[in-house]
Amino acid sequence: MKPNTNSKSVNLTVGGALRPPRIPIGRWLGVLPFFVFSGLFLIAPTLVLAYRSLEGPDGGLTIGNYLLLTSETVVSSYGMSIRISLTTAILGGLIGFLIAWVVSMGGLPPRFRLITTTFSGVASNFAGVPLASAYVFTLGRVGVITALFKLVGFDLYRTAGFSLYSFLGLTIVYLYFQIPLMVLTILPALDGLKHEWREAAENLGATPFQYWRDVAFPVLTPSILGTMILLFGNSFGAHATAYALTGGLFNLATLLIGQQISGDVLHNPGLGYAVAMGMVIIMALSIFIYSILQRRSERWLR
Amino acid sequence: MSASSSAKANQLSSRFIYVFVSLYFLIPLGATFYWSLRGAKDVLGFEAYRKLFADTNFLPAFSQSIVNAVATILLSLLIVVPTAYWVTLRLPKLRPVVEFITLLPFVIPAIVLVFGIIRLYSRPPLLLTSTYDSSRVLLICVYVALSFPYMFRAVDNGLRAIDVRTLTEAAQSLGANWGTILFKVIFPNLRVALLSGALLTFAIVIGELTIALYMAQHTLGPYMADLTRSKVYEPSAMAIVAFAITWAAMGIIDFVGRGATRSKTKVAID
Repeated sequence: MKPNTNSKSVNLTVGGALRPPRIPIGRWLGVLPFFVFSGLFLIAPTLVLAYRSLEGPDGGLTIGNYLLLTSETVVSSYGMSIRISLTTAILGGLIGFLIAWVVSMGGLPPRFRLITTTFSGVASNFAGVPLASAYVFTLGRVGVITALFKLVGFDLYRTAGFSLYSFLGLTIVYLYFQIPLMVLTILPALDGLKHEWREAAENLGATPFQYWRDVAFPVLTPSILGTMILLFGNSFGAHATAYALTGGLFNLATLLIGQQISGDVLHNPGLGYAVAMGMVIIMALSIFIYSILQRRSERWLR
Repeated sequence: MSASSSAKANQLSSRFIYVFVSLYFLIPLGATFYWSLRGAKDVLGFEAYRKLFADTNFLPAFSQSIVNAVATILLSLLIVVPTAYWVTLRLPKLRPVVEFITLLPFVIPAIVLVFGIIRLYSRPPLLLTSTYDSSRVLLICVYVALSFPYMFRAVDNGLRAIDVRTLTEAAQSLGANWGTILFKVIFPNLRVALLSGALLTFAIVIGELTIALYMAQHTLGPYMADLTRSKVYEPSAMAIVAFAITWAAMGIIDFVGRGATRSKTKVAID
């Protein structure tokens, strides 16, 4: 399909027509504010950080700041961010896939699907302070679940060494917005599995297991992997929930940047900019891989 | 093993999974709601909510966030609708560029973006953070840029659902100018799409913490974070209120969207 060939030629030939969209400036007028806003409030601020991250202590361009990313503080906070993001991406991906499968072909009444998608829309947007509070009241030191465990003589914090303000705690909290995001993104892919494939497989004598292993799963793999990578980025860039939960003092890449903004905790502004750009690079990579995998899955699932 | 017995086992295990995961999602809400009812000593009631609404900082923060959200939505609509319309009809070559830009808010984490914003706009020649109000305008502009992905996708889907080209040509041949086409033909046909984009933006902006916090704005996000540190019962009431607001926004999107698909299928069947 080749859209719009005629209007293009009209635009090229006419110089001073009355209708604004036909003169060159008018042609761009509709999209100009969009580019100005994106430029001023998304692109320029990032470019400033990119430029400063390449600036040495005495001026001049250097990659020294990026070499310092291997310092202990940076590595440990990046490491924690990556561990939490990987864990919640994989767990959130698996659980979210199961739920999507259950509501789309698990034999539940159809209204459960509607409830699930609406709730997923809410829960995936429920990150931040309210989510952190909700977990403090559930699994914090005086949380309801913690109290219930105490009633049966088990102290989550003292005996089991659990803490909401730890790797495990943050993982549990992050899953609250990771699972719904997986459900919302993977449901359309599951819907794309065609009935004919299953029938054809059954007619050829395939068991349900064989159908899943040899037909459905290979078709779904790019979508599942792609969405898990999306979940990785979603958790890697998350700041508000962790800030509200830990007061900004936990060892996490986003929180480290927050501390760097409030007062140069790294004692090196250039390194701070490099840490921020490192996040952008990791996020860009994951979004890039996600879009490649998404395009691949679109070949089958239309 | 017969097909029906395996289907039954299947159904049973799906129910089990569903109930189990539902518990994970409902328990924190239940626990928070329970705490929010314990504001008064020895008796369950709505004391925590009353205290929250009576807090002198609550209403100013809340209303400021609402005004910010509404301003963001209006500005974003004004920018995105013409953009989506233009790339659909007049400049399809620009579509990949626009789509790439709408990916940027996912690539640049909020904490990184606010870092760059502060560095860029806190000194001349682009000094925009000198007063509270100028910072607030800057904050709204940043929110507008962050809303582009949601708004563009909503409007773009809406444009795909109606035949913009035919509508535009029909209006043109009746002598309508571009303003008339946009405001009297395109906008009314996009009502559902615009409302979804607007409500999603509202849900995101209303409790936003990271950017508002580092720009020292007294909006709902920083207020809520403060509350969790200074009060015992009010944060639970606040969390329930925030959850209700998100529910309302998402519920309306679903409700309106379903109404739209229903009426569309009806037309298709006729």
